[in-house]
Amino acid sequence: MDVEALTAVLTPVLPEGAVITDHQRLRTYECDGLAQYRVVPALVVVPETAEQVAAVVAACAERGIPFVARGSGTGLSGGALPHADGVLIVLSRMRAILEIDRANQRAVVEPGVINLQLSNTTRPDGYYYAPDPSSQQVCSIGGNVAENSGGAHCLKYGFTTGHVTGLELVTPAGELLRIGGKAPDAPGYDLLGAVVGSEGTLGIATSVTVRLTRTPESVETLLAAFPDTDTAGQAVSSIIGAGVIPAAIEMMDALAIEAAEAAVHCGYPAGAGAVLIVELDGAAAEVRHQFDQISEYCTAAGAFEIRIAQDDAERALFWKGRKSAFAAVGRISPDYIVQDGVIPRTALPEALRRITALSVERGVRVANVFHAGDGNLHPLVLFDDAVPGEAERAEEVSGAIIDLCIELGGSITGEHGVGSDKAKYMPRMFTADDLDTMQLVRCAFDPSGIANPGKIFPTPRMCGEVPGRHQGAHPLVEAGLAEQF
Amino acid sequence: MSTPTATDLLPRLSDAAAGAVREGGDGDAVDGMPCRWVVSPADTPGVSAVLRVAHDEGLAVVVRGGGTKLGWGSPPERLDVILDTTRLDGLVDHAAGDLIAVVGAGRRLDDLQADLGAASQWFAVDPARRGTLGGLVATADGGPSRLLYGPVRDLVIGATMVRADGVVAKSGGKVVKNVAGYDLGKLLTGSLGTLGVITEVAVRLHPVAPAHRYVTVPVVSTRHAHALVQGVIHSHLVATACELDQPADGAATLAIRLDGIRPGVEARTAGALELLGAGAEASDDPPAWWGTEPGAPGDVRLKLTHEIASVTALLDIVAEASDRASVPVDVRGSVAVGTVTAALRAAHHQHDRAAVADLVDHLRAACSRSVGASGAGGTGGSVVVRDADPETKARLDVWGPVPALDLMRRVKHQLDPTRVLAPGRFVGGI
Ligand SMILES: Cc1cc2nc3c(=O)[nH]c(=O)nc-3n(C[C@H](O)[C@H](O)[C@H](O)COP(=O)(O)OP(=O)(O)OC[C@H]3O[C@@H](n4cnc5c(N)ncnc54)[C@H](O)[C@@H]3O)c2cc1C
Repeated sequence: MDVEALTAVLTPVLPEGAVITDHQRLRTYECDGLAQYRVVPALVVVPETAEQVAAVVAACAERGIPFVARGSGTGLSGGALPHADGVLIVLSRMRAILEIDRANQRAVVEPGVINLQLSNTTRPDGYYYAPDPSSQQVCSIGGNVAENSGGAHCLKYGFTTGHVTGLELVTPAGELLRIGGKAPDAPGYDLLGAVVGSEGTLGIATSVTVRLTRTPESVETLLAAFPDTDTAGQAVSSIIGAGVIPAAIEMMDALAIEAAEAAVHCGYPAGAGAVLIVELDGAAAEVRHQFDQISEYCTAAGAFEIRIAQDDAERALFWKGRKSAFAAVGRISPDYIVQDGVIPRTALPEALRRITALSVERGVRVANVFHAGDGNLHPLVLFDDAVPGEAERAEEVSGAIIDLCIELGGSITGEHGVGSDKAKYMPRMFTADDLDTMQLVRCAFDPSGIANPGKIFPTPRMCGEVPGRHQGAHPLVEAGLAEQF
Repeated sequence: MSTPTATDLLPRLSDAAAGAVREGGDGDAVDGMPCRWVVSPADTPGVSAVLRVAHDEGLAVVVRGGGTKLGWGSPPERLDVILDTTRLDGLVDHAAGDLIAVVGAGRRLDDLQADLGAASQWFAVDPARRGTLGGLVATADGGPSRLLYGPVRDLVIGATMVRADGVVAKSGGKVVKNVAGYDLGKLLTGSLGTLGVITEVAVRLHPVAPAHRYVTVPVVSTRHAHALVQGVIHSHLVATACELDQPADGAATLAIRLDGIRPGVEARTAGALELLGAGAEASDDPPAWWGTEPGAPGDVRLKLTHEIASVTALLDIVAEASDRASVPVDVRGSVAVGTVTAALRAAHHQHDRAAVADLVDHLRAACSRSVGASGAGGTGGSVVVRDADPETKARLDVWGPVPALDLMRRVKHQLDPTRVLAPGRFVGGI
């Protein structure tokens, strides 16, 4: 791509300093939260308005130049990995909360707004934004939309897709469209449903209308310590089997607890082989009753200590250990892979046993942290890159865990997305026809394949009617814009 | 493409559907348009084989489940084959411990609820109806409990579809939490059979709550309706549903449903009685109108959406339009979600379709005014015609203005370029 020519076109339509070409500064954007993949983008732009985003995308579309959107860059699948011959569109300057409409239980925000910032703004009015990824202090709503992010409380409240009612979208052709709004069920296809979770491959969200959720009347949180993950898993099955849907059920195993203690001194019960954090929220009368029930299930399953948070400070301490677990693992291992897979909840004991077996057999330590209520595992595979061969072994174990998830009827990703990292696994979960059909939808939005190419799909698809294209190798592959796995 | 004749195609369709084909009769017409054949394949490969024939021969196919909502949408432009899904009615898997089920698209909803009820679980769409699961997904027509459990699309976690060219494709899976690949289930939800034939659906389930109560209150004005809805949504009642019934010639009623464990429901019922105020009553049973369509069979029915804070504007606009056209209008629906159905009474409009068309235009114009301008504001929502006799439909714009229509056309064009599936039925003539 001709960087100078594009810079000349973009500079006049963007605010001063919003076009970055300096190599040192470009390098600061070379990776997202998955630092093992690094690519320095040809150009970075930092627009401030939807019209500016549209102008950048239109300029890319005209020239067939790939573009990648970036929010806060916390993604864990290389979704915001830049393109060496493309433009990285950074949305961090679009950080205004445009409207809080309590009467309609909606907020309208720019894509760069930080997840927690929205809840902090609306909480005094008795409302919050329910999807709560552990990264909520830094990740952006636009990134959440692209990844259909989840969080601990999604067990009860659902994922991002259930909380987005409208989008302003710049399509890969550079059109600025509105889909949905504050009212439900706009006539026509559910384009919102297609765009949320599409990892930046169907366009760039420049404004997001979200549902706000009433803060619950009552919240109760307990921390239960078990001798091992089997007994903790048994407690989870009893709770769900009894028809109780807590707001969250989170599990950590011994190694994850060890890491969290080292990092944030959360003071979990000593000697626990597993802990569960269970949170109930809702109407006070219900919560009180069901909380007693849950304590009983935990005891019956073998919990040797149950702590009940007496106030918000203690609740925060319970959660601190859990929410800092990924980073905490850095305390017990120089390097680690954060895996994200899903299994049917009832397969939890089997999955954990087999992960342990894998770990023993390959001599690779695995710490387990997960959203136990919905079977979303986050095994942390530990290794030391300085020791020859360890990284490869860790990579193998991590891959074997994904195969295990598929075999048990689950998914290769529950919330971190496919991105660059897992495109190669997609054919293990989907047939060529499944992937082809998904890519037909992509063709409708992005016929020239310039929106975040190389992500999600292992093999790009020809869209048929792009003028001037020819058969044979995919033009993106030929141009070195995409890889064929 | 040669014009196919009955004699050469019947054997091919019969082969594809393992003999389950017959000629269409009067009862098979869609919006007055007769069909030539009705095929009833028994499985996904059968659906694929039928669609391959249709695709090769340029036949137009309309999918039919229970046939309860077949009148929705614009009349099809062409119609050759009705693809009847009622034999795809298996309960493929009910993993009670995982709160999910995988179900053939042709399974009736009342049968499905009975299957799940045995495990004290349910598919959170109410009330149980005669229609099929596939039909429900294709129409996205949930019931009152949508307030708590979300729209149909949020309950669909995986789908198997057959494309217009016969290719079978899956998306999603059998676990609730899953972000691998595009969520085609959402795109199919509400697509009225124009993007693909849904043959199997994986859904998330919910436990049946041990106790429930309804609290009902008379509504004295459109402002009162708004105040009640605001009261409910901002409270801690956690209502499962909040429904308004506004008959054309009678007093309006608001009713909410509460679910949970006995002591919790009792405490919240007491809270609801206090919140809703004068005349509020609690009951174990819903009001007679709960979860049913307003009006009578034969009425023209419209789906109106609105911002939840625009209840007063919505009701005022409907009343004004009704007076203006001298057509009585009944309104009922989920005012705390923002979707209601309006029924235009048949006896009064049969002789005057122009009045109906005029009423619809007037509603659209009024609803699309900017929201909030005190008293005279719009609703922020849309007006879509659902049921209407073919002659009335012919005079109406069924869908009204559709934002992002061009992009929708591109989606249709990619998935069904030769327009095999229900040509003309969807927005913008898709
Ligand atoms: C410590 C840690 C904990 C985490 N915990 C969770 C968790 O609990 N749950 C969870 O779901 N995730 C979690 N994540 C992953 C990550 O935070 C989420 O995926 C988040 O939504 C990414 O937001 P972002 O703003 O950082 O997006 P980025 O990383 O910048 O981008 C992510 C993707 O979104 C696209 N994108 C960004 N903005 C837009 C836009 N406006 N329009 C279109 N596409 C856009 C990018 O192209 C990219 O494909 C965690 C990450 C970390 C580092």
